Amino acid sequence: MSPDSAPAAQEPDILAARAPPPGLLALFLAFARMSLAGFGGVLVFARHAIVDQHRWMTADEFNETFALCHFLPGPNILNLSMVFGSRLRGIAGGVAAFTGLLLPPTLIMTVLAIIYARYGDVEVLRRILAGISCAAVGLLIAVVFRMMTPLLKRMDVVVIVLMLGVFVAIGVVRLPLQEVLLVAIPVSIGVTYLMRRKVAA
Amino acid sequence: MNSENPIWALVSTFGLMSLFAVGGAAAAVPEMHRIAVDVHHWMTEKQFADAYAIAQLSPGPNVLIVTLIGYAVAGIPGALAATLAMCLPTALLAYYVSRLLSRPSQSRWPALIQAALVPLSIGLMAASALILAQSTDRTIAALLLTAVVAVVASVSRINPLWLLLAGGLFGFAGIV
Repeated sequence: MSPDSAPAAQEPDILAARAPPPGLLALFLAFARMSLAGFGGVLVFARHAIVDQHRWMTADEFNETFALCHFLPGPNILNLSMVFGSRLRGIAGGVAAFTGLLLPPTLIMTVLAIIYARYGDVEVLRRILAGISCAAVGLLIAVVFRMMTPLLKRMDVVVIVLMLGVFVAIGVVRLPLQEVLLVAIPVSIGVTYLMRRKVAA
Repeated sequence: MNSENPIWALVSTFGLMSLFAVGGAAAAVPEMHRIAVDVHHWMTEKQFADAYAIAQLSPGPNVLIVTLIGYAVAGIPGALAATLAMCLPTALLAYYVSRLLSRPSQSRWPALIQAALVPLSIGLMAASALILAQSTDRTIAALLLTAVVAVVASVSRINPLWLLLAGGLFGFAGIV
């Protein structure tokens, strides 16, 4: 009995839940469609397309891939497209998915930038944009509250102090991001590590 | 020479920033604001708030506010350079890390690092909200609109697009 035999026995199940890997063009088009469907965040649409619609990944594989992309820096969903595409079709697949996700919205945004540069000072447009800005800030506050709730419920003082510290350093004192994070990341990892060891002990 | 080239300034600024953008695009907004408005004077306070609103209203990843900043600095080449500089380095990093981690391991470090980054990215997003609110919410009516949207979006599952459009309507009517 080799230790490898147990996972191998499960393989037919996993394969049954998954479709064969798509071609590069199919990857590009699928991600291009996702990019245009996703107003205010693409993740929900990406999950639906990858797991439910095309069955290119199981739900667990998707979660695991997303978790990886979430703890790496940068735009999560674009990281996800690169990792996901390359898991299916190598680096070319990664580039196809990445380009598909990025190209259509970038073109749209460039057109909007041109329109804004031209007509941004028109009074009606100014007023509409001002109203949208107010609503956009409100949405951001709502997201922050939703994410904060579990932390506040646990009453984890150290974690709350860390969160407040970053908020004050960046939002109020307006320190540069790099310097704040070069201090905050090691401190936070150290604290998390010590707290988990205490829980385990 | 290089330091005067606006494209190079965009590429180096956003390429470096992306590597520190833990928690995604919303967490990087304060740094974008600091660089674009305070340090380089690429945009006014108002233009930056407008760019954020346009990026929220448009389809696609929210990080594309950098496309608008890039365009303001150097036209279409600037828009493309800023977008790629913000998105490509971390995507390649993710590719290499995922290959390293593709062998199944029972390491608890990824989960631990992820947990450690959560409070930091929430703090960064809260800072984004504060900085943006300071430039958009200059009247009582504007402040009220932001507060109402925040409450409605917190307690209901309404599609955010409707709230943005409602905000646009209030603006059009001259209320905020």
